[in-house]
Amino acid sequence: MNHRHYQGEVWVFAEQEDEHLSEVVLELCTKARQLADQLQVPMAAVLAGWNVRELSYRLIAHGADKVYHVHHTELEYYRTLPYARVLTTLIEKQQPQIVIFGATPLGRDLAPRIASAMRCGLTADCTDLEIGDYTDPKTKETHRNLLLQIRPAFGGNIIATIVNPERWPQMATVREGVMRLNPPDPKRSGKIIDETVQFTPADLSVQLIERHREPRKVNLKTARTIVAGGGGVGSRENFQLIRDLAAAIGGAVGASRAAVDGGFIGKEHQVGQTGTTVRPALYIAAGISGAVQHRAGMEESAKIIAINWDKEAPIFSVAHYGIVGDLNKIIPMMIKAIKERAS
Amino acid sequence: MGYECVVCVKQVPDTTRVTGESMKADGTVNRAALPTIFNPEDLHALEAALRVRDQHGGHVTVITMGPGAAAEVLRECLYRGADRVILLTDRRAAASDTLATSYILSRAIRKLGPIDLVFCGRQAIDGDTAQVGPQLAEKLELPQVTYFEQFTDMIDRTVRIRRNVGNGWEILQARLPLLVTVLDSANQPRPPAAKKVMQYKRAHTMEELRRQLAETQPSLSEEQCEQELGRQVEQLQQRGLIINQWNLDDIQADLQWCGLSGSPTKVHRIQAIVLTKEGFTEIPPTEAGIRQMIGELIKDHTLG
Repeated sequence: MNHRHYQGEVWVFAEQEDEHLSEVVLELCTKARQLADQLQVPMAAVLAGWNVRELSYRLIAHGADKVYHVHHTELEYYRTLPYARVLTTLIEKQQPQIVIFGATPLGRDLAPRIASAMRCGLTADCTDLEIGDYTDPKTKETHRNLLLQIRPAFGGNIIATIVNPERWPQMATVREGVMRLNPPDPKRSGKIIDETVQFTPADLSVQLIERHREPRKVNLKTARTIVAGGGGVGSRENFQLIRDLAAAIGGAVGASRAAVDGGFIGKEHQVGQTGTTVRPALYIAAGISGAVQHRAGMEESAKIIAINWDKEAPIFSVAHYGIVGDLNKIIPMMIKAIKERAS
Repeated sequence: MGYECVVCVKQVPDTTRVTGESMKADGTVNRAALPTIFNPEDLHALEAALRVRDQHGGHVTVITMGPGAAAEVLRECLYRGADRVILLTDRRAAASDTLATSYILSRAIRKLGPIDLVFCGRQAIDGDTAQVGPQLAEKLELPQVTYFEQFTDMIDRTVRIRRNVGNGWEILQARLPLLVTVLDSANQPRPPAAKKVMQYKRAHTMEELRRQLAETQPSLSEEQCEQELGRQVEQLQQRGLIINQWNLDDIQADLQWCGLSGSPTKVHRIQAIVLTKEGFTEIPPTEAGIRQMIGELIKDHTLG
């Protein structure tokens, strides 16, 4: 789509599964609301599925002015092609200027398919979005009020800001858990617009035969406190120390890539660029040197305690409290101190 | 019977080895200072394709898009059993974003003729976007199955695929042709076979032969050089040791969709990761020190 529709809306794709909105959708609503206010255009969510109309009210409470709702049996379970058809049909009809998706496995399957069909730009896995101007270095033409898409690149070693000046809509996927989530406002009102979409036989060619979901055993994203261990913990057995401290403060157990690669703990506990991005109230990093890939996934935590024998370890550069020493001695002392306060 | 399989692979800088030395003063990465490797998930894509061929027959063709040096990953593919490899290289393709890249790859795959399966690694470690697979599928008008782990069934033109969606898995049924993006949990890539290494270590692109000749026999005139090159190429061709090299004209690509002009995304700014925190409170590793820290955290409601 080459047309730049400056009054176009800001859209959020309202990913849902089994009639539950995924958490990142509400984070996206908070951000999209801000962007739409800055641009002075409406904010809308696209909600597709089977019997999910009720979810519209949550989207409205989180900032949507409109919800484009598509109800169809073929949309009960996610499949790429029918969902892509919904989005491309609605985008062509309504001409939004911005469309954002969660950088979930589903969002990262769907968004590029749509971007290719629309021949528009797409930036993956953004950690922030802003509105700003961009001057083309060659033509010197200034484009006002573009979506600035900010993401780590090159294995997390640099932060890049990407723009799509020419071909709209401007699309991005946004990493889960990095955007602020404003509380819902039940008094907000919004419009639900029921849309219909036609599928071609080719859209329906892939069939879902079997589907299995595991309840998330580790929920790092919603944990208020996280105790994470790294290669410095030394062994799978010794990782019990990390679990004990987490149990004492009622926190979740995290790990660095070194600990996961060392087999100390499962990959679902990994925090960082290739694992989960977290921003808890308290993050305790024990025996983690703090490679940039790890820091990128936790440095937004409100408070960070770093425990490492090496006082030059990069983890200290993002820490609020640093303890230089042996974690095997320090952690038991912490557990003891917490238990004393509790009793 | 048998399946015509295409695998897209990429040579990438080893981003896990970025150090201070590999960053330029302006905060951009000096790619030349980093070793290059076979993109890890692409090895799993190659393995998945080789297994299909080994079980059901057919051919595995590997395509890579990149500079001349990317011929190295193609030799790696030959060592592991690929039937045919193609280097897609053209200066006009430089600065392609994922949309332009997927367009160019789609042109190359269309040139190959009818195919059954396209395999891509889920994502490359230098961009981590995971976009080229789905975008390539769209350009080729094929259905896509991302996060492939295995074929649970393959009967004639109908396949069943188990895919891992992070919080669970599903089995999809699709008709060929089809594109899949492969996860590293899909398989264990085979190592290079010693016999094939012996056979293919002399496989080269024309460009590589020309450069070698200039290095080993710098005294040759231009005419002699071309003659010698022609002789070498003929010899290697007979033994299947010339790596095909295609440019954008060979694949009849529309230049407006390639390189910079075909890339809707533009880089506005690059910053090196800067550490934001200004120092930290050092807590002595003693019971008293730790007790005080815990007290502070409870007091400011971080804990409890």
